[in-house]
Amino acid sequence: MVEVRAKRASKPVVDSLGVGVATGAYGVSFGAVATASGLDVAQACALSLLVFTGASQFAFVGVVAAGGAPLTGSLTALLLGSRNLFYGAALAPRLGLRGWRRLAAAQVVIDESTAMGLGQPDPRATLTAFHLTGWSVFVLWNLMTLLGAVGGTALGDPRTLGLDAAVGAAFLALLWPRLTAWPQRVVALLGAATATGLVPWTPAGVPVIAGGALAVAVGVALARRGSGDAS
Amino acid sequence: MSPTWVAILVAAAGCYGLKLLGVSVPQRALAHPVAQRVADLIPVGLLAALVAVQVLASGHALTLDARLVALGAAVVLLLLRAPFLVVVFGAAAVAALVRLWW
Repeated sequence: MVEVRAKRASKPVVDSLGVGVATGAYGVSFGAVATASGLDVAQACALSLLVFTGASQFAFVGVVAAGGAPLTGSLTALLLGSRNLFYGAALAPRLGLRGWRRLAAAQVVIDESTAMGLGQPDPRATLTAFHLTGWSVFVLWNLMTLLGAVGGTALGDPRTLGLDAAVGAAFLALLWPRLTAWPQRVVALLGAATATGLVPWTPAGVPVIAGGALAVAVGVALARRGSGDAS
Repeated sequence: MSPTWVAILVAAAGCYGLKLLGVSVPQRALAHPVAQRVADLIPVGLLAALVAVQVLASGHALTLDARLVALGAAVVLLLLRAPFLVVVFGAAAVAALVRLWW
């Protein structure tokens, strides 16, 4: 996949655990943001445990916080989660997973485990890096979500703490590394403009889906014109 | 069961289903250039829309307030290559300060 920069790792164990700790730590921001958006602690933890793909989780709480129908939040989460389908397809031949191992490994197919796994020189190192990164993120992400959710609830009104503004910053930080070339930047600007324009006229949640639909349209148009090498 | 819980379980089942499908189908099935291109751009369009809605919308109204100042702070922090947590909580701190003084 183009959007995951493969990381050349000379020492997969140390590097994978490092990425796991760094990524897992920001589960605290998800927990805090989720409860600031009106979810309870159990719901925040269920999202981290069962959905376990950061951008989708932030998107879900973002749509729900904006007053969108909860199922619109699910749809947004699914659209964002669709990239994991492509990550899995890229990883599968190198991991060679069967049976229950495949069922378990599937849950930790995320941005970080894919980048670390695909960055290794051989299948053995790929397997090590993928599992270590994926599961260390999983454990820490869930612990830190609980911490952030409990802390966020205890701290009181999220607006005084600026936590509502933290959500937009989180989305921007997730978006930033993807703005590697002009097609991405143009889609980002058009997506933001479309969503802003639709806010007054459509039910909450729809402007976000429209941003995704616009990306699909631009993607199909670009691929048809054969300029698919621009990224 | 509340609508929020139903939505959480739908998102969970769907996101796991996508991951499992990915590690189960032959790689060639997803190698189509249009699919690759679209898959690369969907997160960009969605995340940009989420930024806009999160920062500018108050219900069905568009407002300019502390959240926009916080987003500006996030841009500065990202340009300075600050880690994710610093960007997120830095922006929150800026919004809190703006609301305190303004």
